[in-house]
Amino acid sequence: MKTCLIVDDSKVIRMVAKKILQDLEFETQEAADGQEALDACKASMPEAVLLDWNMPVMSGIDYLRELRTLPGGDKPVVVFCTTENDIEHIQEAIEAGANEYIMKPFDSEIIQAKFTQVGLL
Amino acid sequence: MPSGYFAYLHDLLKQRSGLLVTPDKMYLLETRLMPVARKHGYRNLQELVDAMVAVPDEPLTVEVCEAMNTHESLFFRDQAPFEMFQETILPELLKRRAAQRRIRIWCAACATGQEPYSLAMILEQEVKRLEGWKVEIIATDISHSVLERAKEAVFSQFEVQRGLPMQYLVEHFKQEGEYWRLSRAIRDRVRFRPFNLLDDPRPLGRFDVVMCRNVLIYFDMETKTRVLHAISGAMAEDGVLFLGSSESTIGITEDFWPVEAGRGVYKRTDTPPSVAEQMN
Repeated sequence: MKTCLIVDDSKVIRMVAKKILQDLEFETQEAADGQEALDACKASMPEAVLLDWNMPVMSGIDYLRELRTLPGGDKPVVVFCTTENDIEHIQEAIEAGANEYIMKPFDSEIIQAKFTQVGLL
Repeated sequence: MPSGYFAYLHDLLKQRSGLLVTPDKMYLLETRLMPVARKHGYRNLQELVDAMVAVPDEPLTVEVCEAMNTHESLFFRDQAPFEMFQETILPELLKRRAAQRRIRIWCAACATGQEPYSLAMILEQEVKRLEGWKVEIIATDISHSVLERAKEAVFSQFEVQRGLPMQYLVEHFKQEGEYWRLSRAIRDRVRFRPFNLLDDPRPLGRFDVVMCRNVLIYFDMETKTRVLHAISGAMAEDGVLFLGSSESTIGITEDFWPVEAGRGVYKRTDTPPSVAEQMN
C-alpha cells in the first residue's frame, strides 16, 4: 500500500481528501502545516504528498523547497491542492519541484485523474 | 445535498434526455449550466431554476438539456493512446512518410475539442522534428454547437484539471477569469468540420491516424459495422485506428485487426504492419 501525506490546515479538507485517497487504496497520514509535514517526512518519506499552499507556521511552497533538499526528499510525488489558481502560482510550484497541481474545489475524479497522470495509480 | 435546484434539474434531465446526474456530478451542472444562466441574466443555478419553475419556458428548458447533453471529453483521455501516438506512431510516420512529409489525423467525434487539442499539444512538443512537415488534424462532430465550443477553446477549471498535465496548462493556456483559453498556436493546428459518421468520409481524404473513441457505444450493431467499414475506407493501408479503451471491433467487423489488445488500437486487416508497429 502506498502512503500519502495530506497537508492542509483545514480539518474538513483533510477529512475529504482522506476519504478519497483511502478509496484509492492509499494509506494516509495528516499534517496541519508545512513544519508538521516536514517533521513527518524526516521520520518517514511518503510516496505521495497532497499539499495545500496557504497554511500557518510554514506554507506549502516553503515546505516543498525544504523537502526537496532532504535526503530522499526528491522521491515523494508532490501534488499541490490549493485555492491559488493562477498561472504564476502554478509556475512557482513547478519551479519548486511540484509534480502536479490541483485547483480547489476538487473532487474524487480530479484527484484520481491527477494521481494517474503522475503514475501513482 | 443542496436544496431545490438540484432535485429539479436531476428530474428534468432524467425525463428529457435519460441523463442521470448524481450528487457527486454537481460540478457538471455548474460548469455546463452557469453559461446558460449568465446568458439569461441569472447569477446562479438556483435563480435559473426558480425562473424555470415560476414561468415555464420551453426554449430555455431545451437549452438547459442540450447544454448537459454534450458528450464527455477529456484531455489525454486514458493517457496510453497519446503516449503510443507520441512514442511509436509519430516516429514511425516520420520514417515512412519521409517522401511526402505529410501526416493526416482524423478525430472522428471530437466533441468540445479536448482530443484533437491534446494531439496538437504533442505535435507542438515535437515541433523541431516536424520542421518542413505538414501535419493536419481534422476534427469532426455531428453537433454544430459543440463544434463552436471546440473552436472557442475556452475550458472551465474543472475541464483543464482532468487529464491535462500542469506543464501543458502553463505553456498553452491563458487564464480569463474562471476560464482557461487555449493558445492560438495550438488552436491553429486543428481544423474543425461538421460531419455525420453515417455519411461517407472519403471526401475528407485519407488518414494515417483515426481516433474514433467512445462513440460507437451510442450506435446499434449494424451501424457500428457500417461506420467502421466506412472508416477503414478512409484510412491509409498502414494507418491506425484508436477506439475507446472499452470498445472493440471483435464480432462487429472483419475490416480491422487489433494491434494491441486491450489498448483499443486497430489496423486494417490484410495490410502491411501498421504505423503502430515497427517495420522489420
